Amino acid sequence: MTALELAQQLKAKFGGLISDPVEFRGEVTLKVSDAERMPEICAIAKQDLGFDYLVDITSVDNYGDDPRFAVVYHLYGFGHLCALRLKTDVSEEKSEAPTVTGVWRTADWHEREIYDMMGIRFRGHPDLRRILMWEGYPHFPLRKDFPLAGKPTDVPEVAFTETAPLAGGPFVTIAGGKDTIAREPRVRVPNTNALETNARLEQLQDIKEAHGHSHGPGPTEPKH
Amino acid sequence: MAEARDVEFKDPAARVADAERASASLAPGQEPGELEGEKMVLNVGPSHPATHGVLRIVLELDGEIIIGARPEVGYLHRGDEKIAENFTYTQFIPYTDRLDYLAPLANNVAYALAVEKLLGIDRQLPPRCQYIRVICCELARISSHLLGVGCYAMDCGAMTVFLHTFTEREKIHNLCESLTGARFTTAYTRIGGLSRDMPPGWAEQCRKFLNEVVVNIDETETFLTRNRIFVDRTQGVGIIPRDVAIDYGLSGPNLRGSGIEHDLRKAHPYLVYDQLKFAVPVGTTGDCYDRYLVRMEEMRQSVRIVHQCLDQLPDGPINVPDGKIVLPPKDRVLTRMEELIHHFINVTQGVNAPPGEIYFGHENPKGELGFYINSKGGGTPHRLKIRSPSFVNLSILSWLLPRHMLSDVVAILGSFDFVMGECDR
Repeated sequence: MTALELAQQLKAKFGGLISDPVEFRGEVTLKVSDAERMPEICAIAKQDLGFDYLVDITSVDNYGDDPRFAVVYHLYGFGHLCALRLKTDVSEEKSEAPTVTGVWRTADWHEREIYDMMGIRFRGHPDLRRILMWEGYPHFPLRKDFPLAGKPTDVPEVAFTETAPLAGGPFVTIAGGKDTIAREPRVRVPNTNALETNARLEQLQDIKEAHGHSHGPGPTEPKH
Repeated sequence: MAEARDVEFKDPAARVADAERASASLAPGQEPGELEGEKMVLNVGPSHPATHGVLRIVLELDGEIIIGARPEVGYLHRGDEKIAENFTYTQFIPYTDRLDYLAPLANNVAYALAVEKLLGIDRQLPPRCQYIRVICCELARISSHLLGVGCYAMDCGAMTVFLHTFTEREKIHNLCESLTGARFTTAYTRIGGLSRDMPPGWAEQCRKFLNEVVVNIDETETFLTRNRIFVDRTQGVGIIPRDVAIDYGLSGPNLRGSGIEHDLRKAHPYLVYDQLKFAVPVGTTGDCYDRYLVRMEEMRQSVRIVHQCLDQLPDGPINVPDGKIVLPPKDRVLTRMEELIHHFINVTQGVNAPPGEIYFGHENPKGELGFYINSKGGGTPHRLKIRSPSFVNLSILSWLLPRHMLSDVVAILGSFDFVMGECDR
């Protein structure tokens, strides 16, 4: 049984819903015209055609095209060792597709990743949260209109910065000093004469006052 | 006078059964009785020695028994897939080193093969290139498994094994260094070939290493395979049945540990794997101990493969003879017009890939490392998706960990041998 035969069998079951198989570099791709029918098609592919292993689900952003997104499913069967790729389009307005976690449980994390990176929601997913980015992150980084350099975000509470516990203490570098001696209190001051040492101590005192006595430099502003 | 008393240790399975009985007798909404403790939420990681990197697991505990587990990943996310869309195919090769950073050579080969599949030249690679690539993959497998087994033993309380396997792993890094110029970040493959040929005398060094590592593997087995403590901690722990392993998309030794004889090197032979003799070890019960045994045997099989490759290694070129894909030799670039143009186009625009999409799955030490490349033509991918085995393998934890004891978490995590650089990408 070849992948092409299996693809044709799947097409025979659903008729016009599935396009003719396309072969490229020995891989067979089927295009499903209605994303809503994906779970049904996947269930049939798994039960009747032996595609028991879901290798991967991923998404492609065809920015500028309509519909904008494509969701790509890579199916595999241990019985016949054939692979099959299913593709379906999802429009930007909808940005939603039904989940296939009911067919293969491995779809869980793949769908979370697509939601996280591309912003396509999976209806019926048991736990649709961000997975690689943190909870509360506002953007979808793999979209083509997201710049490579990133976008500023208000840092949410999960990614707060606080003064380090030892800041302002004797062994912590003081930010903002003009030379290493001023920044680093542990640096040995060449003890040439008392006058110079006094000047050095005053300088340190000034820096301490500038930053507040016991708390050290305060939390830095998030950089935009 | 103090009275000597016997302490009764209950078998873990019996304790789990007791806990189940206790929770079953409790009606919903009923207040827990005196014997039932409060539920506790425990954070394991992201910075914990047993999480091998930055995995975080939120565990819900009833006493020492896990009743819920939620793995949190993403602490090492660097946006590799986004970067790939903005780079030429060749420029992305060094980024593949940083996926599974315990087996960079295998990642290099996997990525190069994926791009070559897109270009349609994966069957035209010179034989010498293919053999050297197989050697690279198998050395990476030995290296990764040596580290995996060593760390696993240390997680289970045996320090010596770690030092023992690391000594051998160090030799692989020395071999890598003389072969590729770098110990970890090898970036050894190029699209259509390799960055350089084997240095003179390397094959002999490699053979010497292979003869030493088989002794080391045997010694490691004497440390662990019949070690009472190790067996107690791993046997019957973290059992993954066949159907669940398939359902959760496990791959590599973790899949084979559950008794599924599936190896991409056998099922869909790439490079010259169809001309090499090796066996695919599988487990029987799918517990942590089986996954350990599978890794030990895979190392022996890898040694066997590398020996065969060194025996059969042909002479000849290491790159495909196409200036549009591989950079021409420097002396010709500086003296000839056509080569100069090829060099310029190759560096500035990259290889001109046809429009289309491919998926290539590679049997990496950790499992199936797959690259899905969606090309619209030109030198950069429109979309490059990395199907990383560690990411998929870890998704089973929320199913697997509940009903185990807290101390089993360490044993189960170690048996999965995951790498967060690859999981988070």
